[in-house]
Amino acid sequence: MTDFLRRLLRSPQGALGCLIVGLILVAVVFGSYLTPYGPEDMQPLARYKDPSAAHWLGTDQYGRDILSRLLDGARSTVVMAVAATVIGTLGGAILGTGSAYLGGRADEFIMRTNDAVMAIPSLLMALMVVSLLGSNSANALLAIAIAFMPSMARISRSVALTVRKQDYVSAAIARGEGAAYIVLREMLPNVIAPIVVEMTIRVSFAVMLFATLSFLGLGAQPPATDWGLMVSEARQYLHRSYWILMWPSAAIALTAIGFNLLGDGLRDALNPRT
Amino acid sequence: MSASYILKRIALIFYTLFIVSILVFGITQILPADAAVMMLGENATDEALEALRQQMGLNDPIWAQYLHWATGVVQGDFGTSLRTGQPVGPALFSALGTSLTLAVLALAVMLVLAIPMGILAAVRRGRAADLVVGFVSYIGVSLPEFVTATLAVVVVADIWGLLPPAGYVPLAEDFWGGLQRLILPVSVASIMMIAHVSRMVRSELVDVMHTDYIRAARLKGLTPRRVLIRHGLRNALLPTITIVALDVGYLLGGIIVVEEIFSIPGIGRALMSAIQSRDLPVIQAGVMIMAATYSIVNFAADLMYAWLDKRIQYD
Repeated sequence: MTDFLRRLLRSPQGALGCLIVGLILVAVVFGSYLTPYGPEDMQPLARYKDPSAAHWLGTDQYGRDILSRLLDGARSTVVMAVAATVIGTLGGAILGTGSAYLGGRADEFIMRTNDAVMAIPSLLMALMVVSLLGSNSANALLAIAIAFMPSMARISRSVALTVRKQDYVSAAIARGEGAAYIVLREMLPNVIAPIVVEMTIRVSFAVMLFATLSFLGLGAQPPATDWGLMVSEARQYLHRSYWILMWPSAAIALTAIGFNLLGDGLRDALNPRT
Repeated sequence: MSASYILKRIALIFYTLFIVSILVFGITQILPADAAVMMLGENATDEALEALRQQMGLNDPIWAQYLHWATGVVQGDFGTSLRTGQPVGPALFSALGTSLTLAVLALAVMLVLAIPMGILAAVRRGRAADLVVGFVSYIGVSLPEFVTATLAVVVVADIWGLLPPAGYVPLAEDFWGGLQRLILPVSVASIMMIAHVSRMVRSELVDVMHTDYIRAARLKGLTPRRVLIRHGLRNALLPTITIVALDVGYLLGGIIVVEEIFSIPGIGRALMSAIQSRDLPVIQAGVMIMAATYSIVNFAADLMYAWLDKRIQYD
C-alpha cells in the first residue's frame, strides 16, 4: 500500500491530482464552516463587486459573496457527482461481472442489449430520466447513475472475462459455490482495481454532467449554490460583471481536471509496466 | 470481411433500435403527462377528453399502443406533435439536417487538429510540445460545453465583437453569414473530442513506435520520416476510427447543449423543448433518430476498419 502511494505520488499526474482532489475534499468537508459570509446573505449595496480584500472573489447580482457560495456549493456539487458515479459503477459492475460469469447465450443477450442502450447519448439519457422523475438534485443524481451504467457494465465485463478464466474461479465452481458467492466474493474483488481507475475519471464526467443538467434547469434549483446553476444564473448578468461567471466555471473545470489527473495517476500506479 | 458479418451487424442495428424503442416508449409512457389534456387544455370537458383518448388509442393496452406507434415509425410516421399539432417526422428530419451540418463540421475540425497534435506529442514525447499538447487536452476534457460556449460568447462575441453571439442561417441561403454563425458552435462542439482524440493518437503512436516491426524498419535503414509515416501512422491511426465513432455519441450529447446556447434549430434544441413541454411523440422520435445516427456511424466505422486493416478477419 505504501509502495503504491509512493508510485502514485511520484508521477506528476498523480501528485497534482492528489493535491487538487485533496483541496476539493477540504472544501467539501469544511467548506460550509469556512465561508466568510453566509452563502445566501444579500448585500444590496455591494452588488457586482470585483475581487477585493473584503470579497476575495467578488460578489454576484444580489451582492452575495462568491467565495462563500463556491465553498458552500462544493459539498452538493462534488458529493452528488461522486455518489452518482459510485451508484452507476456498482450497478454496471454487478451487471458486467454477472454477465461475464454467466457466459454463453445469456452473456451475449445482456451485452447486446447493453450496447443498444449505449446508443443513447448519456446526456440525453439523463435528460429523459430527469424529465420522467422531475427536476431536482436527487433525481439528477439517479439520472447520471443510470446513464453511466451501460458503459461501466461493458468495461467491467471485459475485465471480468479475464478474471473468469483464473484458477481460483474454477476452484470455487468445483467446490459447488453459488453464483452470487462466486460473482460477489471471488470475481468482483479482482475486478475492482481497473474499475476504480475508470470510476475516478468518471467522477469528472459526472461533475460536468451534473453541472450541465443544472445549467439546463433540470438539476439543482435556485437559490442552491450548485456550481452549474451558478454559471447558468450568471449568464444574464454578464454585462455587469464577468467574475460571477468565471469563478464557478473555473471551479467546475478544476474539479474535473483534478479527478482526471488522479485517475491517470492511479492507472499508472496500478500498472507499473506501462 | 464476409457477407454474413455485414448482415449480422445490420441485424444488430435493428436490435439496437428495437431496444431503444422499447426503452423510449416505456419511459415516455410512465411520464406523468396526459396527452389528451395537453392537446385540449386544462379546461376541456371530461367527455371531450374521453373522446380524444378513444380516438388516439390512449385507452388501449400498452402493448397495443406500442405496436401502433412502432408500425408508424417503421413506415416513417412518427405521429403528430402534441404541442404544435404538426407531423413530427418532417420537422425533426429538417432539424436533423441542421444538426448534421454542425456535427460533420465539428468532426472535420477535430480530425484536422487532433491528429497532428497527437502525432506531434508522440514524436516529441516528454519534451515541451508533448507537455503543451497534454496540458491543453487536460483542460479540454475538463470543460463542459456550456462553460466553453459561454466563455466563447463572452470573449469572442461580446468583448472582441468578432462574431455574432448566436443564431443560425442555413449555408444554402447565405454562405458567409451562415459560416460566421457556425464558427463558435463548431469550435465548442469539437473541443472535447480534440482533447480526447489527440490523447488517443499520442498513446497509440507511442505504443506502435515501440513494436518490433518499427525497429525492423529502422534497422533496415529507412529515414525516420518514412518509418513514422509508412509504418507508424498507418497502424496507429486505425484504432482512431473506432474511437472517433464512439465519440460521436458524446458529440450528439454535446450538440444538445451547443444548440441550446447558440439558438440553433437542430434536433437537440427540438428535443430540449420537447422534454420541457413533455411533447411525447417528439421525445420518442428524437431519441430514436439520435440512436439510429449513432448506430449507423459505428457500423460504418467497423466496416471501414475491417476494410483498411487486412489482418482482421470477421466472420
